[in-house]
Amino acid sequence: MTSPVSMTVNGKAVTATVEPRTLLVQYLREHLGLTGTHVGCDTSQCGACVVHLDGKSIKSCTILAVQAAGGTVTTIEGLAKGSELHPMQAAFREHHGLQCGFCTPGMVMSAVDLAQRKSDLSEHEVREWLEGNICRCTGYHNIVKAIQAGAAAMGSAKA
Amino acid sequence: MSAQGIGEPVRRKEDFRFLTGQGTYTDDMNRPGQLYAYILRSPHAHAELNGIDISKAQAGPGVEAIFSGKDMEADGVGGLPCGWLIHSKDGSPMNEPPHPPLAVGRVRHVGDSVAVIIAATREQAKDAAELIKVDYKELPAVVAVEDATKAGKPQLFDAAPNNLCYDWHLGDKAATEAAFAKAHHVTKIDLVNNRLVPNAMEPRSAIGEYDRATGLHTLYTTSQNPHVIRLLMGAFVLHLPEHKLRVVAPDVGGGFGSKIFHYAEEAIVTWAAAKIQKPVKWTSDRSEAFITDAHGRDHVTHAELAMDKDGKFLGLHVQTLANMGAYLSTFSSCVPTYLYATLLAGTYTTPAIYAEVKAIFTNTVPVDAYRGAGRPEATYVVERIVETAAREMGIDPAELRRRNFVPRDAYPYQTPVALQYDSGDYFETLDMALKASDYLGFPGRRDEAAKRGKIRGIGMATYIEACGIAPSAVVGSLGARAALYETAQVRVHPTGSVSVFTGSHQHGQGHETTFAQIVADKLGLTVDQVDIVHGDTDKIPFGLGTYGSRSLAVGGSALVMSLDKVIAKGKKIAAHLLEASEADIEFKDGKYTVAGTDKAKTFGEIAMTAYVPHNYPIEELEPGLDETSFYDPKNFTFPSGCHIAEVEIDPETGVVKLVNFTAADDFGRIVNPMIVEGQVHGGLAQGIGQALHEGCIYDRESGQLLTGSYMDYDMPRADDLPNFQVATNVTLCTHNPLGVKGCGEAGAIGAPAAVMNAITHALGIKDLLMPATPQRVWQAINPMRQAAE
Ligand code: FES
Ligand code: FES
Repeated sequence: MTSPVSMTVNGKAVTATVEPRTLLVQYLREHLGLTGTHVGCDTSQCGACVVHLDGKSIKSCTILAVQAAGGTVTTIEGLAKGSELHPMQAAFREHHGLQCGFCTPGMVMSAVDLAQRKSDLSEHEVREWLEGNICRCTGYHNIVKAIQAGAAAMGSAKA
Repeated sequence: MSAQGIGEPVRRKEDFRFLTGQGTYTDDMNRPGQLYAYILRSPHAHAELNGIDISKAQAGPGVEAIFSGKDMEADGVGGLPCGWLIHSKDGSPMNEPPHPPLAVGRVRHVGDSVAVIIAATREQAKDAAELIKVDYKELPAVVAVEDATKAGKPQLFDAAPNNLCYDWHLGDKAATEAAFAKAHHVTKIDLVNNRLVPNAMEPRSAIGEYDRATGLHTLYTTSQNPHVIRLLMGAFVLHLPEHKLRVVAPDVGGGFGSKIFHYAEEAIVTWAAAKIQKPVKWTSDRSEAFITDAHGRDHVTHAELAMDKDGKFLGLHVQTLANMGAYLSTFSSCVPTYLYATLLAGTYTTPAIYAEVKAIFTNTVPVDAYRGAGRPEATYVVERIVETAAREMGIDPAELRRRNFVPRDAYPYQTPVALQYDSGDYFETLDMALKASDYLGFPGRRDEAAKRGKIRGIGMATYIEACGIAPSAVVGSLGARAALYETAQVRVHPTGSVSVFTGSHQHGQGHETTFAQIVADKLGLTVDQVDIVHGDTDKIPFGLGTYGSRSLAVGGSALVMSLDKVIAKGKKIAAHLLEASEADIEFKDGKYTVAGTDKAKTFGEIAMTAYVPHNYPIEELEPGLDETSFYDPKNFTFPSGCHIAEVEIDPETGVVKLVNFTAADDFGRIVNPMIVEGQVHGGLAQGIGQALHEGCIYDRESGQLLTGSYMDYDMPRADDLPNFQVATNVTLCTHNPLGVKGCGEAGAIGAPAAVMNAITHALGIKDLLMPATPQRVWQAINPMRQAAE
């Protein structure tokens, strides 16, 4: 049994016909071909799948596509403007906040949500926020630095 | 030297695609007409496999085919091979039982593969798997090495009595016994090196494809070494000629060793794709990864260190039981032997060492190389016993180490366990770490913490590791069934930009940047004028891949050889164009000049001339500018360093807080300091993870994996770790052209012993198991408190 599910993804109206059990992350990866959102676990622990739904970060492996119907989704593919990186993406590059890149989309999307709430972030605040995002490569040190810098850059861009 | 050359913290070229979601990992790829494979796995640790009834499943919606081990066997498919033959003490070859990609007759660990279901969608394949009836006859299981060799315990293979794979030794037994006979003091220790799950964040994935028109088989796979997979799978498992087999490892999301090995699923999808003539994709989920990716470590060790009255080390005797798991994974056999016992001299001049290693089969996931592979285990033994010895002898641990370090003027230094260290300065890295960690200020911090009711401890580890594996003839004589050189092809394009085809493979290391920096440095280009191509056996020359911190030391050396050939050929062309003798041509900053004149040609002009040889020494010189090299290392490289951990323990809860971690490392010449620091950070997180968080636990009776997901296996998270203090000291490697040693594994090697030395220091105890969970620490504190009260 399949049915059409529509939502707005990265500013475009999209529809795909999926099974009710289809997860949002499958909808994005397998039906829309947006493979920037990754799957790193099956217990909702790793955060590789984080996207924004109506402006807030969520784990797209933990919600059904039908639950997101009618919503507005932003994935990692929707963040940069052409070849110009979003300030958070630029900060990850500048501070070497990624190695293999697999956790990176989820990290960046999660970080953007945090930075939208607060731009002057302590190391402690960033580390606490990242509780739901696992990185096996970086030891987090540079991710924390990148998020602090990215949040500051987003803050001053707003001001 | 250009501003993007060697030594510059150039921002990574690969980051744009990863940051914008445009990386191409294996599971991101889909082939036209592709079907999905799901693998039915054993829920039992040990069972006879008496029959598989697929009749219901076959009729399931979307199901295309179902195969079992018998089907593969009938097609002549071979077992997964082991790449290193170890001989036991008595000269007999190790027991090497067969490892079929799909089990035949018996399953030997939870997760052992039983059947493959291929369907139109992953969900349909999974649904069909539930309809398969497998007739298992459960057998008793054995999971701990201490149990497995005892009489009357379950036997995994008839061909391996007492579950013994090999009983191996290294070093001089008589000399070591003599050293103990004259010892003033002997320190003894029992250690467990806990089993770890590598947990690269990208789960493994494989797509098999067969082109009927050309007879070409293609495997897309999450691998650190596509040519090794092509060779092993082509020659030993599926018997496919290499020119008809292409293996592609695209972007790979972390490996840490676990993606070196040839896994069953690679053979299954490649074989099945040809069988049904449709592309077949398999992607592991995380739960599956826990029971199929090769695990790491899992040693049980007793060690004794003999010293004279001044604490000078006289002899070291080490006995280790190494868990191999249920089958021999690709490089499993060399990890607890030649990658372990050879490192037991550490940074010290211990004159006599004798190591005995028994490798044991158990009903657990196979164990193989994981970040550091043998060297973390060796460092853990050496540095835990040295620290314990310092406490027993009443000598400051830093001072005891200094008394035993290999002296600065002793290089090349031959150890009693086969290795010859070419360079290093252990005194300097120790001093750097002591200073950066404010070691001398520790008593003040301890007292301050005590006022807050907390217990502080400080611990260190100095380490040496052997990287840049390896001189092919040497490892061949030790049983390696592979060579370990590396290749690089430098293709200069007519307009002067460059493509490099390297056998090294990146899965987080940033080669696309560092290798480009080397090219930019040598040829006077920018990194944007250089592309690094890797991971596709149809594009790159035969190469051995990335593991053991070898890429720069071996792959980088091959690259330099090819660059030197390019530059030398360019000199000949320049001499012709500039009408000068070749001996007078100099090459610098991208320009060929006639010495002492202003006559010059740019590198781009030379490249164009090489491809448009109108005015060219065509009699003596071929056109083109495209050079390939194979570099076989002369020796291992020997990175070393000192790590210092400081912990604060809450006696009420047993929670250990790592308040400071300092790493001072010597990696030889550094090409990109930003990337090197990142590698150190990542290694430290894994080493600290081993000490404080991670541990793979099997139920000792049933053989069920109790830590089979991120709910139970404690991956280090951001709020578990501190910021790291990282410093580097440089002594150059003496035998490779860049003077580089390798940095990928250091953190995972030094950190566990440093952290455990700090905790045992804080608590004033000798023994504590890793991971030092709050429960274990609290239990260690509690009897102490009771005694005090
Ligand atoms: S894939 Fe969503 S949390 Fe791991
Ligand atoms: S960069 Fe590899 S998992 Fe984070």
